[in-house]
Amino acid sequence: MQHLDGNALAGALAEFFSFDVTTAIARCNGCGAVDEFARAIVFTSPAGTVVRCNSCDHVLATLVESGDRAWLGFSGVSAIEVRRG
Amino acid sequence: MIGRPSVPRSGWHPATVVANTPETTTAARLELDVDGWPGNAAGQHLDVRLTAPDGYTATRSYSIASAGPATGDTTRVVLAVDRVPDGEVSPFLVDVARAGDRFEVHGPLGAFFVWQPAAAGVAASAGDGEADAAGGPDAAGGPDAAGGPVAAATRPVQLIAGGSGVVPFVAMAQAHADAADATPFRLLYSVRTPADVFFAPEFERLAAASAPFRLDLVYTREAPAGWPTPPARITREALAEAVLPTSDAPLVYVCGSTGFVERVASWLIELGHDARAIRTERFGGT
Amino acid sequence: MSFITRGFGGRSRERDDRLPPGQTLVHDFPVLSAGPTPEVDTAEWELRIVTEGATHRWNWDEFNALPHEDVNTDIHCVTHWSKLGTSWRGVSLDTLFENVESQFDFVMAHSYGGYTTNVPLDELLDGQAWVVTEFDGEPLDPEHGGPARLIVPHLYFWKSAKWVRSLVMMPRDDPGFWEQNGYHIHGDPWQEERYW
Ligand SMILES: Cc1cc2nc3c(=O)[nH]c(=O)nc-3n(C[C@H](O)[C@H](O)[C@H](O)COP(=O)(O)OP(=O)(O)OC[C@H]3O[C@@H](n4cnc5c(N)ncnc54)[C@H](O)[C@@H]3O)c2cc1C
Ligand SMILES: [Zn+2]
Repeated sequence: MQHLDGNALAGALAEFFSFDVTTAIARCNGCGAVDEFARAIVFTSPAGTVVRCNSCDHVLATLVESGDRAWLGFSGVSAIEVRRG
Repeated sequence: MIGRPSVPRSGWHPATVVANTPETTTAARLELDVDGWPGNAAGQHLDVRLTAPDGYTATRSYSIASAGPATGDTTRVVLAVDRVPDGEVSPFLVDVARAGDRFEVHGPLGAFFVWQPAAAGVAASAGDGEADAAGGPDAAGGPDAAGGPVAAATRPVQLIAGGSGVVPFVAMAQAHADAADATPFRLLYSVRTPADVFFAPEFERLAAASAPFRLDLVYTREAPAGWPTPPARITREALAEAVLPTSDAPLVYVCGSTGFVERVASWLIELGHDARAIRTERFGGT
Repeated sequence: MSFITRGFGGRSRERDDRLPPGQTLVHDFPVLSAGPTPEVDTAEWELRIVTEGATHRWNWDEFNALPHEDVNTDIHCVTHWSKLGTSWRGVSLDTLFENVESQFDFVMAHSYGGYTTNVPLDELLDGQAWVVTEFDGEPLDPEHGGPARLIVPHLYFWKSAKWVRSLVMMPRDDPGFWEQNGYHIHGDPWQEERYW
């Protein structure tokens, strides 16, 4: 088991979004913490990636990748704040 | 956009190895020519994707050591890769890759673990709630309470690296020197032995440049002859002595293996550094 | 725009006729977990089966007093590796469900650490699933799911919940953690039921 910073997901998330999601601010459904995605804790494994809140460990997001398909879940995020350019 | 370094747009690009040279006893420096590279800010990384003949692919992240102006006028990108024994990708990059080989890179990536000189127009931290930490705690607790830009470019910078974790910092220190930026820069660098120092000649040059930069090395296994302290793993006390004091309210960047980053970051908090002023880049492993 | 990189093969990928489609053989035992390894003290450990009417509980000593079986089986991971002839020791779900009454046909396995996975009850009975506490004659390592994990070898290995804590009966086949996030609701390796 390895864990990284949310920042390390910049590449994987760039496949889904046209902006850098790692600098967006997300609110955790578990504890209400509001923080940059880049500061979340990322657990990587070949089975999938789980992003957890750095305050309460709640699962914020999941990423499953397989060849030409990928699944991105934001089950633990109530909202993200995106800066307009 | 205010508040974040403006970084070039990321994309997939074909990269050709220009040179692969030994960097330390276990690591190599890879100079790449990346077709269509849009430039990068100091501290960004890229993802390397290797494809096997049966279509199998493996993707890994690597920090970018080169900090060419983020204007896309150079296609040269420098990486430094440490060999992880039994690893899938790093032994290939260190031992097998040679001039002329090609693979894909996705980048530049990440606008969080980035430092840019004031001259770049956007301060490293303006508007993200860290700049005001110098003046007092962030009352709202949110990361964005501060609002507009503040003169944060002169906020002192403390870099802390373990092993290959120094790669993004050579880019930051180079950007700092290239801009003749007046921000105080300090790098605390933990290595096993003198032969394990990445970018030794570059750091020597940077220390001699006009931009204020100081390198503090910590040897964990073997120190050079005459070194004042015996080799030892970094401790909380050694850290307290070697990093900029909390009264300077430095921005602190920590990079290296996950275990190293975790130890250092928790000590920094115990020493009273503001959690919001600490940025971490965990490379994995233990 | 993918192109082959000279000299790159990746980790060796060994095929074998006994393997389901798309699987390759491993000899070690890769650890797959997407969170911190929960530390579960056997003094506090408890296994529960929860139905609409009752909760059945076993503490560590009670569980160890149940009849145990040796299980020798192949396991197949959704990430394309299979391991042949693994040996485990534990309690059959037939034993655990002996006195359990429920109208419901589906089970949600819950783990210490918060993960869940769904399995139909009829795929857990008749010698198809066990709660095991030993691997290769040794107590199960925490990183491989110790002190106790579920094994359901005929389904992809993510269904074999590590650190299992309760089996909760449910009226519908609701998706568990990974099943909500891209994985197949059922997970039969011979049908390659990997993802939605
Ligand atoms: C944002 C980011 C930037 C990075 N930048 C660099 C860089 O500039 N230079 C560099 O050399 N590496 C860097 N890394 C690490 C790199 O991405 C790979 O993890 C590393 O090269 C190992 O890959 P591998 O395929 O050889 O090993 P794998 O096959 O992935 O792993 C083999 C074994 O080694 C362990 N392991 C994985 N990563 C590490 C590690 N970093 N240290 C020790 N053990 C490990 C694994 O747990 C596993 O058991 C960076 C990582 C991130 C997330
Ligand atoms: Zn939280």
